[in-house]
Amino acid sequence: MHSTSSATATIEIENMSVADFIQYGFVQRAVIAGSFIALLCSTLGVFLVLRRLSLIGDGLAHATFGSVAVAMLLKMSPLYVSIPLVMAAAVGILKLTERFRVHGDAAIGIVSSLGIASGVMISSAAGGFNVDLFSYLFGSILSISTAEVVLSVGLSAAVLFILSFFYNELLSITFDEEASRVSGVNTESLNIIFVLLTAMTVVLSMKVVGIMLISALLILPAVTALHISRSFRSTIAIAAAVSVVSVISGILISFPFDLPTGASIVFMNFIFFLFSILFKKIKSSA
Amino acid sequence: MSVDIISVRNLRFRYNGLDVLSGISFSMHAGDYVGIVGPNGSGKTTLLKLILGLVKPDEGEVFLFGQPSNDFTGWQRIGYLPQTPEGLNARFPVTVSEIIGLGLLSKKKFPRHMERSDVQAIDRVLDMLDIGGVRNRLFSELSGGQQQRVLLARAVVNDPQLLILDEPSTALDPETRERFFVLMDLLNRERNTAIIIVTHDTGNIGRYASKLLYLDKKILFYGSFEDFCRSEEVTRMFGKFAQHVICHCHD
Repeated sequence: MHSTSSATATIEIENMSVADFIQYGFVQRAVIAGSFIALLCSTLGVFLVLRRLSLIGDGLAHATFGSVAVAMLLKMSPLYVSIPLVMAAAVGILKLTERFRVHGDAAIGIVSSLGIASGVMISSAAGGFNVDLFSYLFGSILSISTAEVVLSVGLSAAVLFILSFFYNELLSITFDEEASRVSGVNTESLNIIFVLLTAMTVVLSMKVVGIMLISALLILPAVTALHISRSFRSTIAIAAAVSVVSVISGILISFPFDLPTGASIVFMNFIFFLFSILFKKIKSSA
Repeated sequence: MSVDIISVRNLRFRYNGLDVLSGISFSMHAGDYVGIVGPNGSGKTTLLKLILGLVKPDEGEVFLFGQPSNDFTGWQRIGYLPQTPEGLNARFPVTVSEIIGLGLLSKKKFPRHMERSDVQAIDRVLDMLDIGGVRNRLFSELSGGQQQRVLLARAVVNDPQLLILDEPSTALDPETRERFFVLMDLLNRERNTAIIIVTHDTGNIGRYASKLLYLDKKILFYGSFEDFCRSEEVTRMFGKFAQHVICHCHD
């Protein structure tokens, strides 16, 4: 008898179809929250990859580890504590590069290691919540609560709205920041808004794939789309489609086969990435 | 009395404790076509960046259309073509029309969204620069010369009163380069667009520009070509041969 233990209760799943799985409230919650977060990550990811800031997601994810430890120490919800702390870390990366002329990758490395070190230090000093803390490393989308779904969907929608509001400005600074400033775009403020949105996205994503795999959700759909797109708008549309399909299929595949959901989502993204390479090869040889 | 388009007063810029530029003062009027020439490392690109407020001076002031450059708001009056497209991400998935549309951002108020009239403006500039055929092509698929024309289209799509160009002809073959300078001449004469151009192409700049600014960390000469070519001081500074190289193309 095959069963899964990833949800709140053990469920017998033999002979169940996808339609049966989707009847479960926790699967519906996972699909809804996951899809919104996927949409958000893929859109932001296109800008991050093209600005050669792909690893900022990784760095901020490590900062999230530290912030989750702080939240557990204070016995508060990790989401509420992580959002302001990771936003501060994001601004820290920006200021290190702008004010102190530290190279971008080095600034990300500094904040990243500081985040991990803080997490380890706090969990070691406080003791007792190591198991909870480490559960955030690999995500637990199937255990997402209704309140968390509402918060994730609301925040994702807000970030997507802000991104669409600044679409032309963001495209402009991504393509050519200097010329953008001469167009009257306030690049300094926009860069701050951009890293704050990235911080928010990283925190929201930790529930979907976990701290260790967040950067995959930001990078893979964007890189996949870049292989096949024919305009900037189509890049965002393809990345969004790939990301949402990967999250939904990852959830639905992980459930019956009792696989870790976060890792399944990343593997689905990777399969799309391989197809995009194949597509590009066939196209260039045609 | 008309306001100077550019007014630079006693500008100084230092980098790592050394003067990159010092004592820079000059002004430009509507319809001027100024060629900035000088050896490598003479501060030509830095001067353009100081004018545009992209770097901050250690001393001195820059005024654009009578407004201090750090408070300047009339960016729709300025078109800018940066040095070369090589610095841009070669795999950027953006179409030609998407790039040219970015040139229209400066005349829009927040939020800056595209409208139908913008499409017509893009079409007009594509036709003017003879690149209508690549409208929906990816920028990364174009040749260096075509990319340069697309970036020029982005700079002029707004009908700017001042066009600032940083070595625009470097990536162009001789024929395209010639066409480029003819086009600049047309914009200058027919639309009265003021142009300031950094270039090593002394032949073409001698033929088309109305003024020459010779820079080598400070301004060694600023004035008309006639004055440059007649000046005995210039002969003393550069020698007869260098003076002749710049002057022989100027009618």
